[in-house]
Amino acid sequence: MAKTIDHVKEGVKAAWPICLGYFPIGLSLGVLAQKGGLSPWQVGLMSILVFAGGSQFIAVAMLGSGASIPAIVTTTFMVNLRHLLMSSALAVHFPGISRRFLALFAYGVTDESFAVNMVRFNRGGWDRRSALTLNQAGNLTWFVSTVAGVYVGQFIPSGTLGIDYALTGMFICLLVFQLRGPIFAATALLAAVCSVVAYLWLPGNAYVIVASSVAATAGFMLKRSLRRRGVRP
Amino acid sequence: MSATDYLLLVVCMGVVTYLPRMLPLVTFSRRKFPAWFVEWLELIPPAILSALIAPTLFAQAAPRMFVLGKVELLAALPTLAFALKTRSLAGTVVVGMLCYWGVHYLG
Repeated sequence: MAKTIDHVKEGVKAAWPICLGYFPIGLSLGVLAQKGGLSPWQVGLMSILVFAGGSQFIAVAMLGSGASIPAIVTTTFMVNLRHLLMSSALAVHFPGISRRFLALFAYGVTDESFAVNMVRFNRGGWDRRSALTLNQAGNLTWFVSTVAGVYVGQFIPSGTLGIDYALTGMFICLLVFQLRGPIFAATALLAAVCSVVAYLWLPGNAYVIVASSVAATAGFMLKRSLRRRGVRP
Repeated sequence: MSATDYLLLVVCMGVVTYLPRMLPLVTFSRRKFPAWFVEWLELIPPAILSALIAPTLFAQAAPRMFVLGKVELLAALPTLAFALKTRSLAGTVVVGMLCYWGVHYLG
């Protein structure tokens, strides 16, 4: 039992940078949600059930622009598809572990927890209880900070300290994390162009799905054709 | 939006977020994605993030129109430079907010 407690402590220790990072973002989300007319229980419920920063920001923005439920759910699905890859990569480190544990662990897989857990697993000596603790520490911080943001938000006038830009700032940084080579950069550039064109021509939020599918497919084909010609992209 | 609609929304969002997190972890030992699908999937995150940001920087909302030189774009340049240099998520969010605030209110 003492061992479990040690592993939990390890997890909390490793989670510190994630919690620090989540706090201002969660607070900003709560503030934006409050300005968009959501109540504390609505924000808290979303943070518990969804626990995905990017798609929660998008959902709040789409709710504000009157988007339909299917549109928001489809966009959420597309945005979080990336977790398929992270979950696949993490699976290697859980050989013979019960499905119940994996089902619980999976709930806390985020970009940040994935990044930290993968580094620790690869370094060796990282217990799965520590990994689970790290995920849950991130989740708790996220829940508390998003709900706190709703209350704090009532005292922050619109535009203060550029809080409206928190979403864009976070996406810019997450995009930078994703640019892992020339093909990724080319795909992102193409997606930007397609997105603006689709935004002007297509109704609603279809531009996100259309532009990202077109750009990813084009990037994929570019990578394939370069490989066929013997170029290593 | 009614409370019931909101509940439906967040439950559906939760399900479509949880499944991609859970299914590969639980079933990975039995089957693997085809290589081409993994390669395509890898390009989805940068494409989606870029597609989400671009209209904010280069277009106005009502009526939808291409615009160059928005405050959002001007603030994005130092924010992008900071992100590329530091790779700090929290830092980039704060710098982005301050740049936007600065350009908007002082510029």
